Amino acid sequence: MSATLEVRNLRTHFFTRAGVVKAVDGVSFTVGRGKVMGLVGESGSGKTVTGFSIIGLVDAPGRVVEGEILYQGRNLAKLSEEEMRSLRGNRIAMIFQDPMMTLNPVLRVDTQMIETVLAHEKVSKEEARQRARDALGMVGIPSPDERLKSYPHQFSGGMRQRVAIAIALLHRPELIIADEPTTALDVTIQGQILAEVQKLAANTGTSLIWITHDLSVVAGLADDIAVMYAGRVVEDGPVSEVLDRPLHPYTHGLIGSVPSRNKRGEPLRQIPGMTPSLLKLPAGCAFRARCPRADEACLAEQKLEELLPGRHARCAHPHKDEVPA
Amino acid sequence: MTVYLLRRISQSFLVLIAMSIIVFVGVYAVGDPVEILISPDADQMERERAIQALGLDLPLWEQYAVFVWRALQGDLGRSFVYNEPALQLILQKMPATLELAFGSMFISILIGLPLGMYAGLKPDSAGSKLIMAGSILGFSLPTFWVGLMLIMVFAVQLGWLPSTGRGDTAYFLGLQWSFLTTNGLSHLLMPAVNLALFKISLVIRLTRSGVRETMLMDYVKFARAKGLSPSRVTFVHVFKNILIPVVTVVGLELGSTIAFSVVTESVFAWPGMGKLIIDSINVLDRPVIVAYLLIIVVMFITINLIVDLLYSALDPRVRLEGKA
Amino acid sequence: MSDVTLVSPGAVKEETPFRRFVSEFFASKIAVGGLLVFTIIALLAILAPWITPQNPSDLAQLDIMDGRLEPGAVGGGGMVHWLGTDDQGRDMLSGIIYGLRISLTVGVGSALIACLVGASLGLLAAYAGGKTDSLIMRVVDLQLSFPTILAALMILAFLGKGIMNVVIALVIVEWAYYARTVRGSALVERRREYIEAAQCLALPTSRILFRHLLPNCLPPLIVVGTIQIARAIALEATLSFLGLGVPITEPSLGLLIANGYEYMLSGKYWISFYPGIALLVTIVSINLMGDHLRDVLNPRLKK
Repeated sequence: MSATLEVRNLRTHFFTRAGVVKAVDGVSFTVGRGKVMGLVGESGSGKTVTGFSIIGLVDAPGRVVEGEILYQGRNLAKLSEEEMRSLRGNRIAMIFQDPMMTLNPVLRVDTQMIETVLAHEKVSKEEARQRARDALGMVGIPSPDERLKSYPHQFSGGMRQRVAIAIALLHRPELIIADEPTTALDVTIQGQILAEVQKLAANTGTSLIWITHDLSVVAGLADDIAVMYAGRVVEDGPVSEVLDRPLHPYTHGLIGSVPSRNKRGEPLRQIPGMTPSLLKLPAGCAFRARCPRADEACLAEQKLEELLPGRHARCAHPHKDEVPA
Repeated sequence: MTVYLLRRISQSFLVLIAMSIIVFVGVYAVGDPVEILISPDADQMERERAIQALGLDLPLWEQYAVFVWRALQGDLGRSFVYNEPALQLILQKMPATLELAFGSMFISILIGLPLGMYAGLKPDSAGSKLIMAGSILGFSLPTFWVGLMLIMVFAVQLGWLPSTGRGDTAYFLGLQWSFLTTNGLSHLLMPAVNLALFKISLVIRLTRSGVRETMLMDYVKFARAKGLSPSRVTFVHVFKNILIPVVTVVGLELGSTIAFSVVTESVFAWPGMGKLIIDSINVLDRPVIVAYLLIIVVMFITINLIVDLLYSALDPRVRLEGKA
Repeated sequence: MSDVTLVSPGAVKEETPFRRFVSEFFASKIAVGGLLVFTIIALLAILAPWITPQNPSDLAQLDIMDGRLEPGAVGGGGMVHWLGTDDQGRDMLSGIIYGLRISLTVGVGSALIACLVGASLGLLAAYAGGKTDSLIMRVVDLQLSFPTILAALMILAFLGKGIMNVVIALVIVEWAYYARTVRGSALVERRREYIEAAQCLALPTSRILFRHLLPNCLPPLIVVGTIQIARAIALEATLSFLGLGVPITEPSLGLLIANGYEYMLSGKYWISFYPGIALLVTIVSINLMGDHLRDVLNPRLKK
């Protein structure tokens, strides 16, 4: 099986006045063809910046300083802006977190869809409109003809996110990066959108990077998972294995803090402390200040190592020999 | 919406009444028009007759009542000086002023918008810093002095442009316009630029901050994520969003542009309402002063209403909230 | 500055808001430059009678034969007129310095009075609330909806020429800016605990207003005040240029410029040019300070 995307040792730093913020500092993962990859972490863990790095939209003062982003064998980090532009929205699309903010409020939906078609293909405006209508229909928007003539504010949040998804699907991309696209939505709408995206990805063979802080979303959706902490992947592997048997204490903590039916009545476990400031990360494991297992060994730099077949973790004291949590 | 509209109109009406009283009473307090209008050689009889003819012997409130009654019939009094209806006198001069005001607003957008866009898109470049320094200068420069300097350089020293007057005019819609002839246009250019100076700075600043704010919006990033060309992102997605506040402000500035044309018209001897009012103040031509001020008040109220409508037409969010 | 040196707490200068303000203000070269230029201008204006080569209002010193001399020319009395002379043989340099004196007096004076009136009414509106507030703010809104030039023109049309009348007109035109500014920040401050505490202590209203509320509204007031001084000076010059401002016996910069208008068309530029430069430098120096003050004193811009 060939990979759609392979990220190797990606580093994206922000050169601010206060210092260098290492938002992404050595991230590697692989997204298989037609697979869904869950990129999980707290806010500030660098997952969104990772997404923007892949699509080439990291703005000053930030930039990709190191690493390879291999998309079908081409290193996206080395492409010119124009080459990157021709891929964006075409072969690689992105969906943003807040649907209320992603559509331009003063442009009609048809304008915003047709321009996307025309940015990558020389077709007539009529054909572009036809494609836009089909895409709206595909994401379950009723009477797309009418809706095309509307402005974004005439849609509900869920509908707007469907429009954004429809825009992402216009060119049947190989890869969609979805940055917490359901976080801002009602729970019921969340479910619908999730189901919709899963179906679409399966039907079109599109690979997905699903960025989220919500493990329960990933559990039902993703094939693989990469857990990020302080700009690094601390653990990755097939989703069921990672969730059943987390290796890294951070993943362990995350899973423990998800409320579930089985543990009703028990107090929720939580990870003590806060995410460290990326401005001055200490050497060694960034999680050690919050980790119950930390000792001197954690002062040393940790590598992402294969601890079980297909399973990697960046930890001196992994939960390796324990029964599933 | 209707309720809002009615409330706004009635508010405007109250303002109009208040202003008319202030203006009338204020102007009444100015000197004694009899001194100016009637020859000092005139005997007592002639004076009495003139005072009666002008209605200056009535008590103030009665003069006001008569004034309002006549104003409602479109009669704002006769100019003491020209012996013409004040309203007609002002309306004759209005096209010249409007032409100047619209010309300067056009210039301010034409120059201010691109400069502001540039300063917003490349905030750290030397060019942007120069533009912003220039805009501070534009706020600081006294308009009338810049007008004099323009005349000195372009009319006196270089001889490129005529210094004063309106030049040749052509008829359009039954009115005379300078911008329709080359000669008239050359007369219009300097006064319009002079009057636009302040507005150019304003438009630059508004545009720049608008661009900088809009560039940070998710929808701009999303537009880029769709693979749109940078020019399409800038000129469609960013531009259309900043156009709304800029047009609103420039529209709102129409009133103050007309007001400030008083200065520019005096400098360039532009035969508009502004020059008329200065002359009228200097000779205490009361009916013209009162009529001018009232016309300006009505204009302001109308402009504010129009801008509101324009705003809602440009911004679909406002339009629909209004309907709902 | 070293991290190693230990300093006893008492020796550390206490960082008062005023000290921080001063150090932040002086951090900007442009603002300091503005302050410097303005100080020089103000000194020139104050010291005018002692430093000018000529008293421009003393007709005995004028010689009509020296009229319209070019900059640098030597007059009949052997005096060098660095900036030329006007139509009556008045030394332009002396005229400008005296003109500055009048312009600054009118500008700063009217701004201070307007500030006093506006700030008091703004405080009153914020503190009293209710009908007083809405009445004052209605008037403010009405005032602000009119272009300053027009309102000033109207008032001077009523009052006639004269320095006092110009000051009155400027005050009437400008007070509303102060009132709105003070009311805005006073409304925020009013809800703070320390005002409630002062009210609980039954302190007299005037004391609460001026000792407690006003100091906390000062930063925005300073910013508005600075910018309004510049605007007042510009407006006075404009009105005088239009012939509605100061009388010819007390020529401000605006009137000097107006005097040179007719001679400019024949190429005698200096009568209008140099007073304009003086006016411009004055206004720019104030605006540069004001611009920077706004950055320093605006809490929203601080992280």
